[in-house]
Amino acid sequence: MNIYVILKQTFDTEEKIVIQNGEILDDGVKYIINPYDEYAVEEALRLKEQHGGTVIVVSVGPDRTAEALRTALAMGADEAVLISDPSIRTDESGIAALLASYFGSQSYDLILGGYFSVDNGAGQVAVRLAQLLDIPHASAIVKLDVSGGQAVAVRDAEGDSETVEISLPALFTAQQGLNEPRYPSLPGIMKAKKKPFQQLGLNELGIDAESIVSKTERIELFNPPERKAGIILQGGLAEQAAELVRLLKTEAKVL
Amino acid sequence: MSKTFMVVAETRDGKLRQVSLEALQAAELAKEDGDQVTAVLLGYELEGPAEELARCFQGRVLVVDHPDLKSYLAETYISALSQVLSSITPDLVLFGHTTVGRDLAPQVASRLQAGQISDVTAIENSGGDIIYTRPVYAGKAFEKKRLIGGSGIITLRPNNITPAGPASSPAEIAAFDYTPASSLRSVIKDVVRKATGKIDLTEAKVVISGGRGVKSAEGFKPLEDLAEVLHGAVGASRGACDAGYCDYALQIGQTGKVVTPEIYIACGISGAIQHLAGMSQSRVIIAINKDPEAPIFKVADYGIVGDLFEVVPLLTQEFKQALA
Repeated sequence: MNIYVILKQTFDTEEKIVIQNGEILDDGVKYIINPYDEYAVEEALRLKEQHGGTVIVVSVGPDRTAEALRTALAMGADEAVLISDPSIRTDESGIAALLASYFGSQSYDLILGGYFSVDNGAGQVAVRLAQLLDIPHASAIVKLDVSGGQAVAVRDAEGDSETVEISLPALFTAQQGLNEPRYPSLPGIMKAKKKPFQQLGLNELGIDAESIVSKTERIELFNPPERKAGIILQGGLAEQAAELVRLLKTEAKVL
Repeated sequence: MSKTFMVVAETRDGKLRQVSLEALQAAELAKEDGDQVTAVLLGYELEGPAEELARCFQGRVLVVDHPDLKSYLAETYISALSQVLSSITPDLVLFGHTTVGRDLAPQVASRLQAGQISDVTAIENSGGDIIYTRPVYAGKAFEKKRLIGGSGIITLRPNNITPAGPASSPAEIAAFDYTPASSLRSVIKDVVRKATGKIDLTEAKVVISGGRGVKSAEGFKPLEDLAEVLHGAVGASRGACDAGYCDYALQIGQTGKVVTPEIYIACGISGAIQHLAGMSQSRVIIAINKDPEAPIFKVADYGIVGDLFEVVPLLTQEFKQALA
């Protein structure tokens, strides 16, 4: 079974966001595999352990993204592909088009990704990719079973669960709760260095930058107004509870 | 030239969702005189929701009412919506940023080869140029964006725009003749409604959240009692989810859900930066924590230093009296 994972490198979720001259500063920032994509990597590895096959991790991003792909290789993925080119300046539509052009020449049974990325948070690329490849998909899955060309996935739908049966090839996006991702082992890290790692630019994909131009543009980037600490109530706990309700009525006017 | 706006409305448990009325209002904010608004309602047995929708704006409600659309399935819904889109060419399509909207919008965007701006929290019309505000890094920062050429797809975050109210003359309701999708590659086997009757976390006006301080699954009980009195929803921090006290569906933060309720009550939550990203846009934040040094107090409007198991039941009593 050929299992592909599309992943993105993001800031660690504990990082603060500092904006200077309209850009987010990335000095000294710790990078991770987007947590939702990490569930996808783990699920791919578990499927491979059950059914055999190959796990290939694919990303679009700057050169530093290689580190996230190497982490996935250290977790147990077999091969990595980094689509990277200085002339890639696009949005979700363009990223999906790039991936679609890569997958156009691959043979895949399953493509896994995260439900959304914790940085941009738009949640578009994976679903757009499924459309471009004309394969069925299920998003926000918390369980996945594969057998004989069919997959059964359980989706999280705002607390409800929906079980969907899908013919392969298909694409799935991972929701929290799908699994508990493993840590890379030391032998895993050593082996990762020898695994195939392919870097592709626009030329190799046969795409010109014009065809993947952004369909949206950012005008402004800003931090939200900082919240100020309010008041710590005083007195016995029963008094504080009564005072809080009074303040919510008269001062905050939310009751 | 006049534009066409399409709002893709949604129901849950047979009722129209409030975010659909907020999306209608967003279309009102973006539109100019002479522009047309069409709302599309997909599902099954939609008479009530269609009428409710029609009362709230001037324009047209297209109802795609079919047993195949009883539960959401990506393939059937995109098939239905594509059929609608072959008869209307909208300039802007608006969805709620809900489980359905998040899945359906990028499919439409891809088919229309359009740009999409997800999770929009504010819309302004600046001389015909429509500017959308949305969070990045779950609200640690915000960006303003535009759709190049002005056309495209929007998903709107619940609870950020006042819902459309009754219109002076209601929209006309028209049934859309849907041809069931053929050769489907996916099928719904089962739907378990665990959340029926519960208020969705992202749409709730009041959220009561528990952290590691709740200590166990049973520890959520007082929070649930308070949520019931306030008609709110219960959420959790990553710490509580990782400890196995609750389902990940409750997690609020940069991983998990971002919420913007009127009242957010954090119980036994220390306030890690990844949690703050998910709730700091709430209107009023209340923190209850034993540790006076907990970072959550730095963003709280009102803080109570004390044991949540003592404080929360007291609050439940007080709110009960105040709301009686």
